[in-house]
Amino acid sequence: MEEALLRAVLFGTPILLASLGALLSERGGVVNLGVEGMMALSALAAFAAALEAGPVWGVLCGVGVGSLLGLFLGVFAVFLRANQFVAGLALAALGLGASGLLGKRYEGTPLPDPLPEGVLAGLALILALGLHLLLSRTRYGLYLRSVGENPKAADLFGVSVDGVRYLALALGGGMIGLAGAYLSLAYRPSWTDGMTSGLGWVAIALVILAGWQPLRAVLGAYFFGLLFFLQFRLQGSVPIPSEAFAAMPYLLVILVLALSGRARAPRALGQPFDRGR
Amino acid sequence: MLKLENITKRFGPVVANHRVSLEVARGEVLALLGENGAGKTTLVSILYGLYAPDEGRILLEGKEVRIPSPKAAQRLGIALVPQHPELIEAHTVAENLALGLDLPLAFSRRALVRRLAALLEGHPLGVDLEAPVARLSAGEKQRVELLRALLNRPRVLVLDEPTSVLTPKEVEGLFQEIRRLKALGLAVIFISHKLEEVLAIADRIAVLRAGEKVGEVWCQEADKDLLVRLMVGRSLAPPPKVPPPRKEVVLEVEDLLVPRHGFPVQGVSFALRAGEVLGIAGVAGSGQAELVQALAGLRPHQGRVRFLGKPWPRDPMSLFRQGVAHIPEERSMGVVGGMSVAENLALRTYPRFVRRGLLDYRAMEMEAGGLIQRYGIRTPSPRTPVRFLSGGNVQKVILARELQGGARLLLAMHPTYGLDVGATEEVHGRILELVQGGAAVLLVSEDLDEILALSHRVAALYHGRFVGPVPREEADRERLGRMMTEGRV
Repeated sequence: MEEALLRAVLFGTPILLASLGALLSERGGVVNLGVEGMMALSALAAFAAALEAGPVWGVLCGVGVGSLLGLFLGVFAVFLRANQFVAGLALAALGLGASGLLGKRYEGTPLPDPLPEGVLAGLALILALGLHLLLSRTRYGLYLRSVGENPKAADLFGVSVDGVRYLALALGGGMIGLAGAYLSLAYRPSWTDGMTSGLGWVAIALVILAGWQPLRAVLGAYFFGLLFFLQFRLQGSVPIPSEAFAAMPYLLVILVLALSGRARAPRALGQPFDRGR
Repeated sequence: MLKLENITKRFGPVVANHRVSLEVARGEVLALLGENGAGKTTLVSILYGLYAPDEGRILLEGKEVRIPSPKAAQRLGIALVPQHPELIEAHTVAENLALGLDLPLAFSRRALVRRLAALLEGHPLGVDLEAPVARLSAGEKQRVELLRALLNRPRVLVLDEPTSVLTPKEVEGLFQEIRRLKALGLAVIFISHKLEEVLAIADRIAVLRAGEKVGEVWCQEADKDLLVRLMVGRSLAPPPKVPPPRKEVVLEVEDLLVPRHGFPVQGVSFALRAGEVLGIAGVAGSGQAELVQALAGLRPHQGRVRFLGKPWPRDPMSLFRQGVAHIPEERSMGVVGGMSVAENLALRTYPRFVRRGLLDYRAMEMEAGGLIQRYGIRTPSPRTPVRFLSGGNVQKVILARELQGGARLLLAMHPTYGLDVGATEEVHGRILELVQGGAAVLLVSEDLDEILALSHRVAALYHGRFVGPVPREEADRERLGRMMTEGRV
């Protein structure tokens, strides 16, 4: 039982981190469907940097690459006012493909000094609480929520809509990068192509499931973590094909989303903002 | 205090403002009067830093200023109450107001509410700071807008059509507030297309037409006729006489009940003759919307409804085929904004344009061209998406579409809401034409003058019950007001 809970937290941590990152930009009205690709690229960057310069540099590099990718999405979603869904999907595909290509030579190399998972799991919890406070208690949080609900009004109030959104994408990208670093430095200290195995998509679903609330995302992430744990544990002990088990968490994501009812999304979610339109 | 000199603004080939010069002094209310599309809102947007002017300059207390953004406008002491409340519905009043303040990096909600309460101390416009904006009425939302504008202690206050969402009582409250601010030395720019209001509150009136200033008068020297002539460019024709109704009964309603969280319409009965207009007034939310929606086939109902002696067909398409036209309460409900004018005009009649299973767009656009001409719809082409049209032209699209089938009954709800004088006159003209042709009209409106001008009989809805109807000759504004608010004839 205790083991189940511990594993649930450790499985849930990358989902939580990535989910917080996506949640941050979505509260500002920018949908980020690129999470999966961003995680993969930052996992690779973190791993490479950790091999060269040690795990701390690995974490920093993962976070940095995540932030840059967030800003890269911002170029399309904010500056060019492109369709955010298409831009995000493209980023997901690009990130997955590029990480596979660039990561070939790290494939199979072990990491000599992995990070303890517990440290990052604790950090994820602190970040969730921090994000909650950021949203409810700070000037930036108020601006961010305003921009996500009604960018036109925020603009009239004198808030820089684009500035707020870039910062949200950079900060959120950093958290997604941290999720990637957790995968390749702590959770499975190595690099394999496709090691994100769909966690980015689960994270995006979790944002909706959590109703865009960071603290609820914590519970949701651990719940998914528990599902993943059960999937591993039950495999082999029950006469069901393992593929069915592998698909179970994703099926449950769909089921939970369908059953959880509709939380109110930020009203301007997915809408590019153009003053005077 | 504030001076605009020769402001010109173009959007592509369209000239929104052409060499407009204005001046407003401390403690003065300048009214900016003009029809929709006359360029009032563009001028305000320039003043508030939303658009940059192509030519001309802005002087504040004698010094030329540049206003590149709303933030810059606020710093200069220019505040705006926009036409439609631009508030964040999900936030509380306090959070909305906070956006107008210089905030510390981090704060607690309680500290914020305390600070705002202190700032608003003694202000006559009280609002609950912790209420979510989504729960406020339109009037309360505007009060929040005004408070927000005043938080930064502006020198110039711009009100863009502030009364369009207010009840008459709320308008009076707003005017009192404007007088108070005027006494405090603010320069106020009041934008409107309503003559009575402008005459009631302004010191000086500048009239815009088609982007140009066509006149400026002191309020004492102005009267309605002069202003209309300046604003519309011609005098209005006197309203056409409504001929008396005929014998034939078109619509018979008995004990109509409409369920929707309870019964917003409770046992309404009336009969409507050919060539007759029945006006229905009522405080918003008294069951008018449900009544019209039920008759238009959009909402289930109980009770007996007969149309031309036959049972009421219950779905919208058969209703239209048998000659029932419907102008819904909101224009956005009556058109599909992203679709073209031609497509919107064909929404009722599209089966006629089907050739071998596909729509024949050439025929559709030809037909639309005819309707555009007959109804005087101002649109660049039949292919223009409807959302680019002004409110008056959208309403004409709806009328043109609904009246195509030779309507015997028109269900019209707020047909001229938000329209300017010229467009209102045109819409009224169309409705009266229809009545002269022998159709019956059920006219639901919040504009009592409109009801009194067009109807043969008037009634009110009061908590879902019918009050009246009484003949038009026996009704006036006061009596209608009593029927609406007290529920007795």
